[in-house]
Amino acid sequence: MTPASASLASTASVDALAACEGDLAWEADRSTDPTGLGLVDPRTQGIVPAAASRVPRWLQRLLGPVALIVAWQVLSMAEIFDARTTPGPATVLNTAFVMLGSGELQAHVLASLGRVLHGLAVGVALGVAGALVSGLTRWGENLIDANMEILHAVPNFAFLPVLIAWFGIGEEPKVALISLSVCIAVYINTYSAIRNVDASLVEAARTFGVGRRELITAVILPGALPGFLVGLRLALTAAWLALIFAETINAPAGLGRMMSDAREYFRVDVIFVLLGIYALLGLFSLALARFLEARLLSWRRAFDGA
Amino acid sequence: MALEQPDFGTVGGPLAVQALDVRKAFRDHAVLRDLSLEMRPSEFVALLGRSGSGKSTFLRVLGALDAEVEGHIRVPRRRAVVFQDPRLMPWLSVLRNVTLGLPQTQETRQRGLATLAEVGLHDRAQAWPRTLSGGEAQRVALARAMVREPQLLLLDEPFGALDALTRIRMHALLKDLYQRHRPAVLLVTHDVDEAILLADRVLVLTEGRISLSAPVEVPAPRSRSDPRFAALRRRLLSELGVDAD
Repeated sequence: MTPASASLASTASVDALAACEGDLAWEADRSTDPTGLGLVDPRTQGIVPAAASRVPRWLQRLLGPVALIVAWQVLSMAEIFDARTTPGPATVLNTAFVMLGSGELQAHVLASLGRVLHGLAVGVALGVAGALVSGLTRWGENLIDANMEILHAVPNFAFLPVLIAWFGIGEEPKVALISLSVCIAVYINTYSAIRNVDASLVEAARTFGVGRRELITAVILPGALPGFLVGLRLALTAAWLALIFAETINAPAGLGRMMSDAREYFRVDVIFVLLGIYALLGLFSLALARFLEARLLSWRRAFDGA
Repeated sequence: MALEQPDFGTVGGPLAVQALDVRKAFRDHAVLRDLSLEMRPSEFVALLGRSGSGKSTFLRVLGALDAEVEGHIRVPRRRAVVFQDPRLMPWLSVLRNVTLGLPQTQETRQRGLATLAEVGLHDRAQAWPRTLSGGEAQRVALARAMVREPQLLLLDEPFGALDALTRIRMHALLKDLYQRHRPAVLLVTHDVDEAILLADRVLVLTEGRISLSAPVEVPAPRSRSDPRFAALRRRLLSELGVDAD
């Protein structure tokens, strides 16, 4: 299922409600009802809209953001917004091009992206390893799970001072903070997915002589994959959030560094550019997660289509 | 108590199933009470009973899915179970579902394909299970059971969730598979007609013990219009507490 059709399905009920508000002809119209029995064409009566709009759904959904930007631009041009605290979209876009032209923006984005990827790699590896050990073995559960619950209960960013004490103020505490957030999100979801694999399928597999190894590779891990992907999606969000906190520690480069510089020199336009960058990176991460789900869970698609 | 119960379930000669004085209780509620059943190799036995009579519990005991039970129980090593729901792994292809638990070799693959052909699903070997209809999924479940050449086939209301037309076709398919492979079959069902159509012997389980054992002496092709069919049907229904008229 494409993202566009997914959103179509999720908004179908909203469309149906909107259709309800239209003319519900409860009384038969004699001119179009020669039988006089009060019979009606069922196609005009349903709460399901007859045909979808010809404009693609994703384009329709762009309406909200576009309207917001237009209103923002109009209010800025009318000088209702103070240009010093709320520069208009055109100004922000211009600033973005200047920063791109000097190569400054790319360098900082790459520095931040590098940290996030590094943190993701370490965090996903640790989270999955931990979830496998505690999901598949009783001793692993006893050893790991309660500790992860405790880690989960503490707000991750409260660990920052400790990470600085351990790793100094270089790259390590930044990557460590991102890894920690990612690891917890991946662990919690993957572990519970492993433990919640349909018991009737496990029972069926056992009756067919499936050994421990095949049980894990052919039943439990594929069954837990959807849960892992939910964890990965949350981890991507958590990684960008952790990045903002991590880059408040003495970062020579990165989006956080730009943000604190902009704050210092009161460059509100730069701050808006950075907010836009965070939004784009976040949306891109979600798109990546959706892409992975579509690729890895193709066996599910058949179900959606049925 | 045990002495008062006649040994309806026992037979002579070589055996595929021997279960003597099987007892099981959930807390203080007895589910199986001194139940005895013997089955000959290649014998097709249908086990009827109202819900809660313990018939599925007994099948699970024979299928090694429930070990918390007392009594003497012997079953063949090669067993296969078909449940009411197909229980296919949705992330494995139809063929891989059939060969689950077997050594993954080219020979197994060929056998899996041949068994799928027997249930008429050769061309769906690479399909995802969720693209199958309910009847097709249950045919895959049958193929998954038969590919192991079981000496004992345990069927736990395998057609209970299917529509009436599909069920008729599944009866024919099961009869066909049975005649070709000749395993001992224990079919748990609450469908009296299904039991008479398919089985050599019909048992009625009432409150955890066998209350009736009747050989099916309706000549093939068995037809509901045969008076012997109707007579047995009436007898079984009345044993199940249903007034046929």
